[in-house]
Order: sequence, then structure tokens, then C-alpha cells
Amino acid sequence: MERIDNVFYSYANKSSGLIDPEGIEALCSDLEVDHTDVRILMLAWKMKAEKQGYFTLEEWRRGLKALRADNVHKLKKALPELEKEVKRPTNFVDFYSYAFQYCLTEEKQKSIDIESICQLLDLALGFQFRAQVDYFIDYLKIQSDYKVINLDQWMGFYRFCNEISFPDLSNYDPELAWPLILDNFVEWLRAKQT
Amino acid sequence: MERKVIELDQGWDYMQKGITKLKRILEGSVEQFNSEEYMMLYTTIYNMCTQKPPHDYSQQLYDKYKDSFEEYISSTVLPAIREKHDEFMLRELVKRWGNHKLMVRWLSRFFHYLDRYFIARRSLPALNEVGLTCFRSLVCFFRQNFDTFCILIQIDKEREGEQIDKALLKNVLDIFVEIGMGQMDCYEQDFEAPMLEDTGVYYSHKASSWILDDSCPAYMLKSEECLKKERDRVAHYLHSSSEAKLVEKVQHELLVNFSTQLLEKENSGCRALLRDDKVDDLSRMYRLYHKIPKGLDPVATIFKQHITAEGMLLVQQAEDAASNQLFFDSQVLIRKVIELHDKYLAYVSDCFQNHTLFHKAMKEAFEIFCNKTVGGSPSAELLATFCDNILKKGGSEKLSDEAIEDILEKVVKLLAYISDKDLFAEFYRKKLARRLLFERSANEEHVTDLTLAKDNQNEFENYLSNNPNAHPGIDLSVNVLTTGFWPSYKSSDLNLPSEMVRGVQVFKEFYDTKSKHRKLTWIYSLGSCQLIGNFEAKKIEMVVSTYQAAILLLFNTSDRLSYSEIMTQSNLGHEDLVRLLHSLSCAKYKILIKEPISKTVSPNDIFEFNPKFTDRMRRIKIPLPVVDERKKVVEDVDKDRRYAIDAAIVRIMKSRKVLGHQQLVSECVEQLSRMFKPDIKAIKKRMEDLIARDYLERDKENANLFRYLA
Repeated sequence: MERIDNVFYSYANKSSGLIDPEGIEALCSDLEVDHTDVRILMLAWKMKAEKQGYFTLEEWRRGLKALRADNVHKLKKALPELEKEVKRPTNFVDFYSYAFQYCLTEEKQKSIDIESICQLLDLALGFQFRAQVDYFIDYLKIQSDYKVINLDQWMGFYRFCNEISFPDLSNYDPELAWPLILDNFVEWLRAKQT
Repeated sequence: MERKVIELDQGWDYMQKGITKLKRILEGSVEQFNSEEYMMLYTTIYNMCTQKPPHDYSQQLYDKYKDSFEEYISSTVLPAIREKHDEFMLRELVKRWGNHKLMVRWLSRFFHYLDRYFIARRSLPALNEVGLTCFRSLVCFFRQNFDTFCILIQIDKEREGEQIDKALLKNVLDIFVEIGMGQMDCYEQDFEAPMLEDTGVYYSHKASSWILDDSCPAYMLKSEECLKKERDRVAHYLHSSSEAKLVEKVQHELLVNFSTQLLEKENSGCRALLRDDKVDDLSRMYRLYHKIPKGLDPVATIFKQHITAEGMLLVQQAEDAASNQLFFDSQVLIRKVIELHDKYLAYVSDCFQNHTLFHKAMKEAFEIFCNKTVGGSPSAELLATFCDNILKKGGSEKLSDEAIEDILEKVVKLLAYISDKDLFAEFYRKKLARRLLFERSANEEHVTDLTLAKDNQNEFENYLSNNPNAHPGIDLSVNVLTTGFWPSYKSSDLNLPSEMVRGVQVFKEFYDTKSKHRKLTWIYSLGSCQLIGNFEAKKIEMVVSTYQAAILLLFNTSDRLSYSEIMTQSNLGHEDLVRLLHSLSCAKYKILIKEPISKTVSPNDIFEFNPKFTDRMRRIKIPLPVVDERKKVVEDVDKDRRYAIDAAIVRIMKSRKVLGHQQLVSECVEQLSRMFKPDIKAIKKRMEDLIARDYLERDKENANLFRYLA
């Protein structure tokens, strides 16, 4: 326990008592992981970190205890296992949803701008649904109906990737409760295919 | 004293004599039974039945009774019938049946005692029944083919127009009925079934040749006649229970089997009849197919297609006129649609007896073409414009009050077919307001607000006369309207000409004395002005809109102004400016000269006052074409629709709490259908909005389910 706390304080900001973005960067370089790497997001998930870019002591303790790491070296070794854990279907939905909410920086914020969503999609789903993600990102960039994406649409896309056969889209039914943006996305894809 | 026992042979011998005498009587002998003979015969039976066993001969006598009939039938009756043919056979049958009934009556009297105790004790059929059954099972069974065949030949002969003995047939068929002794099975199995089959074959044959040779009306006429004749047949000699089956059979062969060929006949089928307004033939068609289950469906379909085609033709003609920039008169189009409606409504009531199937067909047809856009205008707008023209004073129609009411009633009927009813309402409201404001209405009731506005104006004039200092500098009258009662009008920030500024100022001061809490917003776009133009030839008074006046007054200070100068000085937008300058320089009255001379106004033009302008009238009205309000109306209606959809969704979810997506969408559409047909995508968008505003949430397990968040 003490060792975990010590590691925490080695990265934390002296005045705020939290690990801030600078500290996270330092941590990342020690872990030999890029700070935009999805594994940091996974780590934040494991810690149930509330604010993007910051870790509190409590969150830190939670995360490292769960990973059974009390130093950076062990933490680094735990990352592959963590990755596997997150990718398990039962956990992944939770992680995916978390990823969205983690990016909400303002207090009453409920949606994320297109630019950031594109990056987040790539990060969170790219490895699993490369084709769908690439096409969707293309679409998001050229459409003008929506300037932001909300949680319902975010989760809808994951459902889309899981349930709809791609690229034929044969089982997509716009009469069902798919978010409108996906209806438009499918229309756009189908027009491209002809 | 002990009665002497009668032996069976002995007693039967005696009975036999009696039976033989009866037979002779049946064959025509003039002999009779007197009461003594009758008594003897009866008593003989009585004695033989009441003797003590083994001389109780009830069972044997019962059997012998039955045998008597069977013997007589097979030895005498059957051969008598068999040796005759056709009609004569039938006559013989009738005669023999009559005889048989007599025989049964007499013998059962002789043997009556059996009826009293024996048959009940042994649960056997009564003597009467036994007797009649003999005739049936022997005669009918053996004779069925020949008898029935005979009868059918007669019937077919009659169908072909020959005279036959109807009474004879009735008698024969009565036998079939009577034989059943309360049940109709003999009649039905031995006569009716083969008769129906024969009828089927007969008419199937006829129909196949008629359908090729005859036109649809001629075929229908024949069918109607055939059905009538068959009904008459039932009345004359068939049993009434056959009517329904017979009619159904004939209908099936003539009308059902060949329904498609008949209705679709090239030049005389249903379509052609509609085209040529053959009301009688169509009425007949209705009468014939009315009773047949689903018989009217194809007729209604053709009816619907026909009306749709006619309606689409009208729409297409109008569209062509509009796109070729020929004069497209929407009045004419609407009138024609009303005529079409009246015409086919008459068809539905006269030919088709107001049957719901045809009302429905008509409704669906009108819904198809009444929602088309013509010349860029949605049908809702065309209808509103039509009403406006009817109602305004000096409109293109001059009608009496009654005629107006009549026409408007018909318009309301057409309105039912239009899905964007809310769009119509909005256009109508805007036009109504304009009519009221410019007092061009033909019979409008006074709107309270306008009355108030008039009162206001009167007070203003009083104020002016009482306040010599308050001088507007011009004659000014103002209509003050209450916002909310009127459609929203856009009002641009016109740079008011100096001549008008003072007037507005004075009015504002006056109004502030009346009420301190109200804010006045000036809608210059609705105002009108009278200017006196000092032209070289003579002074001319011009009636113009305030905007037009504002521009003209600019030329009081400069003779020549460029487009951009006018724009800056008046502070009007391009859309308005082009329209205004056009009306003053390119239309009928050229108050301004435009450089370069052309038909349209462009931002590079220069304008100059035209001193040489003149007209033979001293007073002219310079019209300003009304800005196309369609875009604004559509925008307003879209906005209202968004609110309406929101409200509908919330209402539904509040009462259902949890609902599937498709159900929610369909209930929403239904609720809103009174006013408009909501776009599915629009509903989805509103739902998303409501989710974001935490009115609804999507269920975690089932993505197609939604929950209301209190």
C-alpha cells in the first residue's frame, strides 16, 4: 500500500496533490507507451478515473491494486493482461461507454465535437472494426447535419458494428430505432456502393 | 265365450282379399268399401293381435303389411312407370304417388291396431312411415337417375325458351319433398344436387361463348335476365330452399368465373364504361356483383385507377402550362378538381349505392393526386389561394353569398384529402389577415382588433386637433394591431424618409399618453402612401407602398442615384430593393429611368427621376408584386410541426411509460395525421432531441425500446 502511494507521489503535482497531464506524460514515457495510446485510456478505465488528464490518489490506488502492481515495472507488465481484459465482450461495452464519458470535460457537457469523436473512435474501436470505423470517420467529416455526437449515438455505433453485416449492410433496417445519423450513414454508404 | 282362434294363414287370406279389392279401386275400379267390410278387416287384425301366444301374430302382420307395399310397387308400380318416357313418365309417377298415399292411408286404417300398442312396445316406425318409406326406397332409389334426368331435361328445355308443363314439375318435385316426411334429404340428394350440377354445366357452356362474343354491357344484361328467370323457376316449381343455392351457382358460372375477362374487356369493360359515363351499365355491374363476396373489389380498384388517372391528367396539364410559362391559372385547376369530385361523388351515390368500398376508392384516388405540387406551389397553397380569390372583394370571381358558401363547402371536402393540412391553415391565415388589413374581404366579420384599431385612429385625430403643437407634417393614419392575433410579419429597418419621421414621432407621443406599458413595432412593409409627383406635363397623384414612397422620396434630394446609393440610404435588403426598383422603373409606370435599359434590375444600375412621365389619369396606383411568402410559410409550418411532434411523443410516452420504437412512431403518425403527415426522419430527430433533454431514455437491454423519464 505504501509503495503504491509512493509511486503516486512521484508523479503527482506537489501543489494540487493529483497526477496532472504533465505527470501522466512522465508516467507514459516510463511505461514506454505513447500518451495517446489506448492502453492509457484502459488504465484510466481500470482506475475509474473521473477527469480526463488527471488521476487522484484514490483512483490510483484502485487501479494499481486491481492490477496487482506496486511499481512502474509491474504496472508495465500488467498492461497486456489489462488489454485482454478490456477486450472481453462483457467488459468492452463498459469500457466503450466509459471512453465517451471520460472525454466530457465541461460540467454539463453531454456531447463531443466531431473532431474529437473521430480520434476517440479510432482509438477505442479501430483495432476491432477497422473498416466500419474508417468509413464512419470519413462520413462524419463530410456530413453537416451534426456538429456533435452524444452518448446514444456513440453507443449506437458500437451496436451497429456488432449487429450489422459489413460491407453489404443487408440486415440494416432504418425502420428500427437506429439513431438518425446511422440511417444517414447507411444511405451514404449505399449510394457509394452503386 | 272364448273367441275362436284365427290362424295366420286364414286371417291373412281374408286380409288379402281386402287388399286386392283396394288395388282394383286404385287401378280404376268403381268399387267401394262399406263400413261393414271396413269393420271386419279392422277386427280381424285386432283379434289376431290380441290372441294369446303362440297365436299373437303382431310381428308377422307388421311384416306382411310392409310386404304388401313392396310387392305392389315392384310388380305393378315400377313397371308402369318404367314403360313410359319423358313427360309421360313424370305424369305416371305423380299418379302412382297419389295412389300410393291412398293405399297407405287405407291399409294403415285396417292395420291400425298395430299402431296402438305393438309399434310403441317394440320402438318400431309407425305404419304410415313404413308405407311411405317403401315408396321412397324402392321407387326413388331405383328411379332416381331416370326421374331426375327427365326433370332436368324439362328444365333445360325451358331455359332454351320452350314451353313446359310447370304444374307437372311442381307435382313431381312435391313428391320428393313429401317423401322426406319432414326432412329434405330426398329432395336434396336425389334432385337438387344433380340439378345444381346440371345448371352449372349449362351456364358454364353459355358463359364461355357469350364472353367471347358479347360486349360487357350485353353480357351483364344476359346475366341479369338469367338470374331473374332462375328465380322465377323457383317460384313456379322448385322448392324455395333451392333459391339461394341456385342463384349462387348461376352467379358463380356467369359472373365469378369470368369476372376478370368481363371487367377488363377491351372496349366495353369497366374502364370503358367509366370513360364513357355509362351510368346504367355501371349500376347493373354493381347490382350483379354486390352479392358476390369480394365481387366488388376489382370494380372498386378499376374505379380508383380511373379517377387517379383523370386527376393526374389535370395536374399534369397544369404543370405543363406552368413550366412552359404559359398562363397557369390555379383557379381553373381547383375548379376542375372540384368538378371531378362532384362527378365521381355522384357516381358513388347513384351507381354504387354509397357503398363504402367506392367511397374508399375515391378517397384514396384523390389523396394521390391532390398532394402533388404544381408550378412550384404545394397543393395546400393552391387551395388557400383559391379560397382567397373567392372571398376577397374584387377577386377574380364575383359570386353571391350562397354560391360562396357552396364552393367553400366543396373546398373543405378537398381539404380532407390533403395531408399537409397545417400548411393550408397557415397560408389561409396569412391571406385572411391580408384581406382584413386591406379591407378587400367580401363578407368578413369585423375582427375586434381592427375595430379597436379604428377607434385608435379616431382618438389620434382628436388628439391632433386638440394639440396644435403636435403636427405630423403629413396626413397620417395608423392601424395598431395586437401581436399574436396576426401572423408574424417581417419588418426591416427601413430608413424612414425625413418627411415621415415627424409623423411617426407624433403618433408615438400620442400612443404613450394612452398606455405606458406597450411597445410599438412599426411594420412599414404593410403601409401605403399617397405621393404627388410633380411631372413636367402635370401633377399626378401616386398610390404606392411605404417602401416605394421611401425610395421615391430619395429623389427629392438627388436626381440621380445608383443602386448601392439607394441601398445605403434606404437601408433595405437586396430582395426587397430589386422588387421595388423593378416596380418603379421596369413595369407599367416608369417613374424612374433605369440605366442601362433592360427588363431586370441589377446592382450596377443607375436610376434617375423621370420628369417626362405622364398618364392620362390624374391618380394612379403603382402595384408592388407581393413577395413570395411561400418560403416563410413553409418555414413557419416546419417549426410548428417540430413542436407538434415533440408534444405528441411526450404525450404518448407519458401515458405508456415504456414503448417500442415502431409503435411509438406509428402512434405519433396517427395522432398527427389530422394536420399533417410527419416524416419518419423528423420524428427520429425529435426523439433524439428529447433523449438529449432527458425526457426519454433508450432501454439498456433492448435498443428498440424507450422509456419515459418522469
